Amino acid sequence: MKLVKVHVTLKEGVLDPQGKAVQGSLNTLGYNSIKEVRVGKYLELTVEDDANIEQQIEEMCNKLLANPVIENYEYTVEEGVTQ
Amino acid sequence: MKFAVVVFPGSNCDRDMYYAAKDALGQEADMLWYKDANLDGYDAILIPGGFSYGDYLRCGAIASTSNVVKQLREKAKQGVPILGVCNGFQILLEAGLLPGALLRNEKLKFMCHFEDLVVENNDTIFTSNYEKGEVISIPIAHNEGNYYCDEETLAQLKANNQIVFTYKNNPNGSVSDIAGVTNEQGNVLGMMPHPERAVEAILNSADGLKLFQSMLQNWREKYVAGA
Repeated sequence: MKLVKVHVTLKEGVLDPQGKAVQGSLNTLGYNSIKEVRVGKYLELTVEDDANIEQQIEEMCNKLLANPVIENYEYTVEEGVTQ
Repeated sequence: MKFAVVVFPGSNCDRDMYYAAKDALGQEADMLWYKDANLDGYDAILIPGGFSYGDYLRCGAIASTSNVVKQLREKAKQGVPILGVCNGFQILLEAGLLPGALLRNEKLKFMCHFEDLVVENNDTIFTSNYEKGEVISIPIAHNEGNYYCDEETLAQLKANNQIVFTYKNNPNGSVSDIAGVTNEQGNVLGMMPHPERAVEAILNSADGLKLFQSMLQNWREKYVAGA
């Protein structure tokens, strides 16, 4: 088994009103060093071993996990726990 | 004219859409459960608003992978008129049937009220009964209605007259005040405001009815001899 960790983030230039609100709250709490917050998603996929795993993950990200119009994705493939 | 209303788990404007086609417009309409929907034989397809699959992952993303959306792609290619409203618009964008994406509203609030829309393009099968520049009152009800596309796409939308409706007073941060766009071919329209909720005076506005009337008139002109 492999453990695939996928991070989905908004593209640069795409407004993130949620991130702005979180930044405002952090500033209100006194963390004035925070100049920007971008909120994204983190997904964990447990995947059967497969030679084409990277190609498949790319496809899944483009088709469903991320929306390429507004989002970027990054992923890592690690050894997972065999169940 | 025969309308199909596709119903997903979590659709909640399906009956309004059905009512608009069946009662307000006086045409045939069927509500089709997405799993066993067969879109053959319908003259137009309506994708209603709501919260398909609870907005999981991204609004419309899960619904856009369903089998009925494969049929929709075929119907779109064949030129069948397809109207997606609110979550229906989100589904069409996620399916790649329309360009762009919808983000959270700029002010992070769910908004539900009437907005003034400007008819930017009345040379479509959805808007021919409106005047160009006509201002119409149509309700919005959304949390993710902030239309986004990159500058290249925006230039294409403008060059091809694909921007059909804009907001007079942009409520959600949409690029170029965009409220509704068509595909390049002009037979697929997606919009955040709800024309089906404004089809008779008792609903505070009947301005949405002309959209359905435009679809009917264009269908008649194309398919009914002597119309």
